[in-house]
Amino acid sequence: MHKRADAEHHPSRRAVLGGGCFTLAFLLTPGRQLRVMSARAQPTTLSANTWVSIYADGTIEIMCPTSEMGQGIFTSLPLILAEEMDADWSRVRVVQAPVSPAFANPVHFKSQGVGGSRSLRGYWMPMRLAGAHARTVLLANAATRWQVPRAELTTEPSRVIHAASGRSISYGEIAAFASLPADLPAPTEADLKPQSRWRLIGRDVPRVEVPSKVNGAATFGIDVQRPDMLYASILRAPVATCPHPLYTQAVVIGPTRIDDRAALAIEGVTQVVALDHGVAVLGTDYWATVKGKQALKVEWQTGAKSERYDSLTALDEFSAIARDPSRKGVARGNTGDVAAAFETAARTLSGEFSSEHVYHAAMEPMNATASVRDGEVDLWSPTQGQTWARDTVVKTLGVAPDKVRVHTTFLGGGFGIKTEQLTTAEAVLLSRAAGKPVKVIWSREDDIRNGAYRPAAAHRLEAALDAAGRITGWKHRLVADSVLLRARTAQLDQFKGFDVVVMSGAVTTYAIPNKHHEFIHQDRGIPLGYWSANGAGLTNFAIESFLDEIAGALGKDPVALRLELLGEPRGKRVVEAVAAMAQWDRKREGTALGIAYSDGGEWNCKCAQVAEVSVDRRSGVVKVHKIFAAVDPGIAVQPDHLAQQIETGILFGLGAALRERITIEDGRVQQANFGAYDLTRSRDVPEIEIKIVDTGHRGMSGAGQPGVPPVAPAVANAIAALTGARMRRTPMLPERVQAAMKR
Amino acid sequence: MTQMVTATLLINGAAQTVRVHPDTPLLWVLRETLKLTGTKYGCGAAQCGSCVVHIEGRAAYSCQTPVSEVGNRPITTIEGLSPDSTHPVQRAWIAEQVPQCGYCQSGQIMRAAALLKQNPRPTREDIIAEMQLHLCRCGSYRRVVAAVERAARGG
Repeated sequence: MHKRADAEHHPSRRAVLGGGCFTLAFLLTPGRQLRVMSARAQPTTLSANTWVSIYADGTIEIMCPTSEMGQGIFTSLPLILAEEMDADWSRVRVVQAPVSPAFANPVHFKSQGVGGSRSLRGYWMPMRLAGAHARTVLLANAATRWQVPRAELTTEPSRVIHAASGRSISYGEIAAFASLPADLPAPTEADLKPQSRWRLIGRDVPRVEVPSKVNGAATFGIDVQRPDMLYASILRAPVATCPHPLYTQAVVIGPTRIDDRAALAIEGVTQVVALDHGVAVLGTDYWATVKGKQALKVEWQTGAKSERYDSLTALDEFSAIARDPSRKGVARGNTGDVAAAFETAARTLSGEFSSEHVYHAAMEPMNATASVRDGEVDLWSPTQGQTWARDTVVKTLGVAPDKVRVHTTFLGGGFGIKTEQLTTAEAVLLSRAAGKPVKVIWSREDDIRNGAYRPAAAHRLEAALDAAGRITGWKHRLVADSVLLRARTAQLDQFKGFDVVVMSGAVTTYAIPNKHHEFIHQDRGIPLGYWSANGAGLTNFAIESFLDEIAGALGKDPVALRLELLGEPRGKRVVEAVAAMAQWDRKREGTALGIAYSDGGEWNCKCAQVAEVSVDRRSGVVKVHKIFAAVDPGIAVQPDHLAQQIETGILFGLGAALRERITIEDGRVQQANFGAYDLTRSRDVPEIEIKIVDTGHRGMSGAGQPGVPPVAPAVANAIAALTGARMRRTPMLPERVQAAMKR
Repeated sequence: MTQMVTATLLINGAAQTVRVHPDTPLLWVLRETLKLTGTKYGCGAAQCGSCVVHIEGRAAYSCQTPVSEVGNRPITTIEGLSPDSTHPVQRAWIAEQVPQCGYCQSGQIMRAAALLKQNPRPTREDIIAEMQLHLCRCGSYRRVVAAVERAARGG
C-alpha cells in the first residue's frame, strides 16, 4: 500500500527509519531561484520547506505540492524531480506536501492548489531545478569523498559513477555522510538534462497510488477518522445561495427559527448548532445525524435575489439581451474595425446558442474534518486549494496562519468544485463549538443543491463575409451571470467587468481581421463556480457550431475552413491529424462526422475532435459512435495519463453536451440525486481514439481540461451534417433534437 | 425509531457487534462504525454503485441494505476481497491502470468480481450491461471493460 505519510507528522524521521537522513531543503523564491535552507537533517524544523529527502537505505522522498484528484499528479510531478536528480524511480516515495509558500504554484494565484490545468505548467521548472540541485549536491559529496574533480563524475539511477577509477556509490550511501557544500551555485536551466537523456519523462510508469485504489486503502477526505470524532449533517436554506466564506460578495440565508427537540431525542445526536447559513446536527454516529437533520424544523430568512431565478426563463431573457444591440457589456481582445467590416460586408450571418447549468458530480461529495483545540487547527480535506483552505480557516476562526495545519487527502474527483471551501468553514466552526474533531459529510442531495454550477449562458454570434467568401468581421456577445463576481470580485474588477472565467475561449485566435468579444453580465444571485474547462465549454460550442454554419453558407468544407482560419502551425497540425484519423472525406452510411477545434487558450494544449454520430429520427436520441481526438500538449510527461485526461475531458464534455443539466425554479435546484441528473454511463461511451501529435512544440501545457470544449460542437456539427438540424442549446436532449429536425 | 439496537454482522469472515439505529444502511456501519472505509458513499440511492459489497457472494448496494435486514448473511467488502490485493480483478485493475481519482473503484471491482463468479466468460455486452450500474466521473469506463475482460482471462 502506498504510504500516505505527512511530512509534518514525522516526529523524527531518524527515529522512524533508524538510519542517517540527509535532507535537502529548497525554498522557492519568487524569481524561481532555489535557495538552499540547510543540509544536515533536522527534520522537525526543516520538513515544511523540503522537496526531497534521501535516506541511507536508498529511499528518496519527494514532495507532491498539490492534490491528487485522478489526474496523476502524484506520479508526474515527483517524476520530473526524479528525472533531473537521476533517482531510481522504484525507490521513490511520494509525500503530500504541507501548506507552505515553498510549494506555491507560481502560475496559480501564487498559491497551492490545483486548477486551470496549471500544475505541470507551474511546477515543471521548479521541480526540474530542485532535482538538478539535489543531483549536484550528491555529486559534490562523492567528489569530495573520492578526491576527484566533480566533472569526472556521472550518474546512473540513484548511483554516482567515477568511470576513470571504476568506482560507484549509491545515493543512499552518500546520504549517510553527506553535507552541503557552502559554495554550491544554484542550478540554472542550462544545468538540466537534455531531452535525449530522459529516462522517465515521456515514458509511461505505473501510477504510484493505483495499488491503494484497488483494495480500499487509499484515504479520501470522507474516509478520515480521528479519535473521539463527531459527525455533522447540515440543513441549509432551500434556495440556492452563496455563503462561501472566502467570497467577497457572499449571499447568506440563515435560519430564523429552529425546532430541534425531535432531533435531540435521537440516540447518538449530541448537539444542534445554528450556523449563519444552516443548522448542523452533531452526533457520535453519522446516521444518527442524518436522522436528526430530517427531524429538524427550521424556518429561513427570505429575500435572496436567487428566489426569483428560473433557469430556463433566464436563458430566454439572456438570449433576448444578446440579440438587442442597445444592451452593452464589456468587450475585450477586440481587433480591427468591426463596424466597418460589417458595413462593407457582402453578406452577414448570425447564430444564437445557449447552454444550461451543469453540475460537477464528483463521486466523493463535499466533506471536511477539523480538529480545533487550544487555538490549534488541523484540517483534513479533499481540497483543490490547500492555501485557500488555510485562508478560510484563518478568516473563519480568526486564528494566525501558523496555527493551521492542512492535511490534503486524495480527492474523489474535483473538476473545480473542490476549490470551494464552505465545508472547511463548517468543519472548523463545528469542531470549535463541540470541542472535538468533527467530520462534515454532505449528502449527495446537499452536494447537488449547494453546488457552484457552470453558468447558464446565451450567445449571439455574427460574421461579416466579403465577396470572396472570407470572414472579415466577427462579433460574439455572451450573456451570463458571473463566476468571478462573488468568488473573486477583484479579478472581475481587474478586467473591468469582463469575466475571464465565463469568457474563456471567447477571444478567438482564428485569423479574422476584425473581431469583437463582449460579456454582458446578468447578476441573478446564483452560485456559480469553476467547472472543468470553464467558459471554454460554453464558448467553443457557440464558436465552432457557428463556424460550421458559415462553412455551410459558403459551401466550404468545415475542415478546410478551419485550416484557412488557423494562423499558427500547431492548430493546423492537430486539425489535419484528426481529419486523417477520422478519414474525414469518407462517406458513411447512417452516420456523419462533425469537427471542432479548441486552441486551448491558457492551457496551451491544442485539441481537435471529430465526432461520428447517428440519430434515431423518431425519438431524437443521438448516438455517438466514436470520438477522434488529436492533441498537441507540447511535452507529454506521461503519455498514458495525458490520454486518460483527454478521455476524461471528452466524457465530461459529452455528458454536458447530451444529457446533463441543472434546472432551477424559484431559486430551488430541481435535481436531488443521480436519478434526475443523468450522467454518462458505460453504455453511453463511444469508441475513443486519441492521438498525441508532436508538432515540435516543447512547452509545457495542461491536460485536465482541453478534452472538454470540442465535444459538444463536434457532436452538434455531426448532427447537422447528418440531419440538417442545427442544435443551438445544450444539453441536446432528444426532444430538442426532434424539434430541430422538424424546423 | 429514536433508539439504537445491537446487531452482530459477519464481515470479511469475522463477527462484528455494533450498536446502531436499525435503519442504518450497512454502508455507514461499514464505513464509520467499523472504519472499513474502502466501501464508498456516492448517492445513497442505488444510482452510482460506489457502495457495492458482496452479501452472500452477490453484489449488493450497501446503501440500500438496512443493518436490521442483514442478519447472519456473510458480507465481503473490498478490504476482504483478497488478503493481499491479488484477486484477478484487482490484478487486472492495476494492469489496465483503471483508477484515476479511484473513488468509485471499490464498488466497480466488487461488482466485477461478483459478475465473473457467476459468468466467468462474459461477452463485452454482458460486461457493459452489468458495469453500467456504476458511475465514474473520471470516465474510466473503457478501462473498466478492458480490465474485466483481462480478469476473465486470468488477471
